[in-house]
Amino acid sequence: MPIEAVNDFVIRFANVNGSGSASANEMFARAIMRMGVTVAPRNVFPSNIQGLPTWYEIRVTSKGYLGARGGTDFMVAMNPQTFNADVASIEPDGYLLYDNTRALPPGKMRTDINVIGVPLTEICNKEYTDPRQRQLFKNIICLGVLTELFGMDFAEVEKLIGEQYRGKDKLIPPNVHALHMGKDWARANLKPIGLRIKRSNDIGDKILLEGNAAAALGAVYGGATVCGWYPITPSSSLAEAFASYCKKFRHDPETGQAKYAIVQAEDELASIGMVIGAAWNGARSFTATSGPGISLMQEFLGMAYFAEIPAVVFDVQRAGPSTGMPTRTQQCDIMACAYASHGDTKHVLLIPEDPAETFDFAADAFDVADRLQTPVFVMIDLDIGMNHRLCRPLSWDDKRQYDRGKVLSAEELEKAQDFGRYMDVDGDGIGYRTYPGTHADKGAFFTRGTSHDSRARYSEQGVHYVEGMQRLLRKLDTAKEVIPKPLRQNAAKGTRYGVIYYGSTSPAMAEASETLAADGHHLNMLRVRAFPFHQDVASFIADHDFVFVVEQNRDAQMRSLIVNELGIDPVRLVPILHYDGTPITARFIAGAIGDRLDKLKVTPMRKVASS
Amino acid sequence: MTYLTKPKFHHPSLPTNKLGFTRRDYEASTSTLCAGCGHDSISAAIIEACFELSIEPHRVAKISGIGCSSKTPDYFLGQSHGFNSVHGRMPSVLTGANLANRDLIYLGVSGDGDSASIGFGQFGHAMRRGVNMTYIVENNGVYGLTKGQFSATADRGSKSKKGVLNSDSSIDLVAIALQLGATFVARSFSGDKAQLVPLIKAAIQHRGASFIDVISPCIAFNNHAGSTKSFDYVREHNEAVNALDIMLGRAAITVDYEPGKVVTVQQHDGSQLRLRKLNNDYDPTDRLAAQNFLIRHAAKGEVVTGLLFIEPDADDLHASFNTTETPLNELNAKELCPGHAALEKLNASLR
Repeated sequence: MPIEAVNDFVIRFANVNGSGSASANEMFARAIMRMGVTVAPRNVFPSNIQGLPTWYEIRVTSKGYLGARGGTDFMVAMNPQTFNADVASIEPDGYLLYDNTRALPPGKMRTDINVIGVPLTEICNKEYTDPRQRQLFKNIICLGVLTELFGMDFAEVEKLIGEQYRGKDKLIPPNVHALHMGKDWARANLKPIGLRIKRSNDIGDKILLEGNAAAALGAVYGGATVCGWYPITPSSSLAEAFASYCKKFRHDPETGQAKYAIVQAEDELASIGMVIGAAWNGARSFTATSGPGISLMQEFLGMAYFAEIPAVVFDVQRAGPSTGMPTRTQQCDIMACAYASHGDTKHVLLIPEDPAETFDFAADAFDVADRLQTPVFVMIDLDIGMNHRLCRPLSWDDKRQYDRGKVLSAEELEKAQDFGRYMDVDGDGIGYRTYPGTHADKGAFFTRGTSHDSRARYSEQGVHYVEGMQRLLRKLDTAKEVIPKPLRQNAAKGTRYGVIYYGSTSPAMAEASETLAADGHHLNMLRVRAFPFHQDVASFIADHDFVFVVEQNRDAQMRSLIVNELGIDPVRLVPILHYDGTPITARFIAGAIGDRLDKLKVTPMRKVASS
Repeated sequence: MTYLTKPKFHHPSLPTNKLGFTRRDYEASTSTLCAGCGHDSISAAIIEACFELSIEPHRVAKISGIGCSSKTPDYFLGQSHGFNSVHGRMPSVLTGANLANRDLIYLGVSGDGDSASIGFGQFGHAMRRGVNMTYIVENNGVYGLTKGQFSATADRGSKSKKGVLNSDSSIDLVAIALQLGATFVARSFSGDKAQLVPLIKAAIQHRGASFIDVISPCIAFNNHAGSTKSFDYVREHNEAVNALDIMLGRAAITVDYEPGKVVTVQQHDGSQLRLRKLNNDYDPTDRLAAQNFLIRHAAKGEVVTGLLFIEPDADDLHASFNTTETPLNELNAKELCPGHAALEKLNASLR
């Protein structure tokens, strides 16, 4: 019995990368969105430029689920290299669409799926002679076929083509024509299938935004003026998006001059060096990188920690260790960032769950860095950074001022009775600083990575060193009130079990909790959004017998951090780990937690007789 | 070195500059370097140059790496902010600082360990970018602070204090700077203040990446026979190609020059550099010729000093980026934040 579903299935496209499939697939996702139906699109692309397999997965859902589900109901298999594996991945009773210009030999196909053959190459070659045209329009023809198969609103797809090629109007008619060819062929040759997309009203005012673009926009809104960066997958698009937004928003309307400076540095060390130099001199600055870059930046990060200089680092986390899997998602830099650099260090992490929160945290990161005078990491899982995600619209309060932290102006220096760069005047562990060039004979000091007294003078005396290190811990306590608090959501029924999770796990966790509740497993949930940990994390754990910690790395890094920082007995934190580079799914979380909870259920000594 | 702080008072007739400051106003802490260290002479030359240029001390940002040389910013310009960063990474910090505020004067102090080994990459790329800075390498051929290992500028065949022979080819930072597009390249010697001070002045005034390689003998670890960076060796092999006079503003010519013996360079701020030729073959405006000259003379073991190359109309990084006249660190939410309305427009385009 073929799978039947309205607005609830997973469609996966298997393509060869560099073939123009990405834009066609994205258009398909947007067309569904324009019909008011929730889509969760995900790119699975190889670490390559052209010629290797790439997949685009669209989860269509009527329940608003934005996490990956797992499994494929409808496979569009356009890559001969991965054809067999792609076919094998289809759910039983699912659908396969393939190019049957070269029909499969009989007897070579699964019998438990529904095969739809479309002679795309034949249709294409009849119509076009240019090879690149043939390649590009094949995707659009396929799009037309799908639009017809799923009963979609054709006008929406046509509208999207118009938007895609706005400014290049010559390209619109041929694309629309290709679309029609596909639709017409499907109408003439194919029967309707069990999967349908029906117009709905589930989207509201949500937007479809890519995580890296959101971060870049947050940096613009947050007042960043200097960016030093080095290209690395998957963070390059963040810096490039920043450049693009700056070109749009940050040129003086009269002179055309740039109110920003972006340097593509020679490596990550130079990148973070520039960021620190700029911040030292009073400009908000940031870099964007991934795991390998974090490793390279360790020395400078320790310096910024000890000398107390702001810096914002976007870490778009990819699978490690070492070069790892550059295009696969993971949450494996938590330890490396929280404890970056040799010696006793601890850094602030902000951990957003989706592009909207990434925008917020990106802008906030600059306030936090300036206020705390320390590096701040924004941990953006690749799943968020490199995918388009439906999220709430972005917002900005025009009354908002930047918090530049404790900086003394020339006037304030005149009035001050005394100035010492590292004096804890207010008891919050944070001293006052001055920008270079502020005052002719007051306020100058030496910034150094060596130990210093409260006046920034070089000192090897133990008492000065310990005093400074203790003050840095007090600063961390202050941080806990300034950074985003964890968010708690209690289950409908009382329960002694809880779950802690963070970042891109969020949509899958939300869905999993519903699945678990339906099975009678109730969990209170706590989403950690920053480090160091707010008191609420310890309180949450204290409220429960066992707390599951769901994360996407092998060594349960967040769990380790909790044990280490809060002194929790490890036995009370049960790790739920998914780290194969694919996004975590609700199926996995519900299955893993469900299994553990089932084991914990007490079996009655005597069964009550049932009638 | 001494631990006694130099007293603040000075002779009433001590000359003052245009700001009414004396030389003393450009000093800072007492040096903790070895007595007789070449680096202290360079610090003195920096003080003299800043004094003579009537620079406001607090408008200088001094940035260094790690090493004996990198300690020196503590010993001059006490009213300037200083940044003693990490080994080999001064150029990146300086670049970032420069981008944040184009109006300050940036002095980058480094050593041969800092700039020719671990920092070789950052040195090179800073030259390529044309950051407006004065980059001084205090070059003694050894790692002084870690007690005497060869650095990458030590000449092949030179001997360490313990008698070890250096078998590696040396790096000539001046040659590299020329190759990578630096627009002001000079070499001098810590023992020749008359040559060094005008070079520092000209470097500060130059808009673009100014590089000065200053041979600065390490009396503790590299001043012995067999060293090519000792006081004796440099004095015996110093091949000065020119001598520099700086005319600030549009001062009248007060010195007579032999005809054909002067190269005049007009700087973008209107001041003039007068280079008295000491070697008739040397043209400091010809990059290629400069490189050839250096290679030929290096082969003979000569230390070529003077203003070796200048491109007076160079652009700096801010010019390349076309950044605002107002320093970036003075811009606020008003100038930087696109605002609510723009965001709503963006939201609409994402639906």
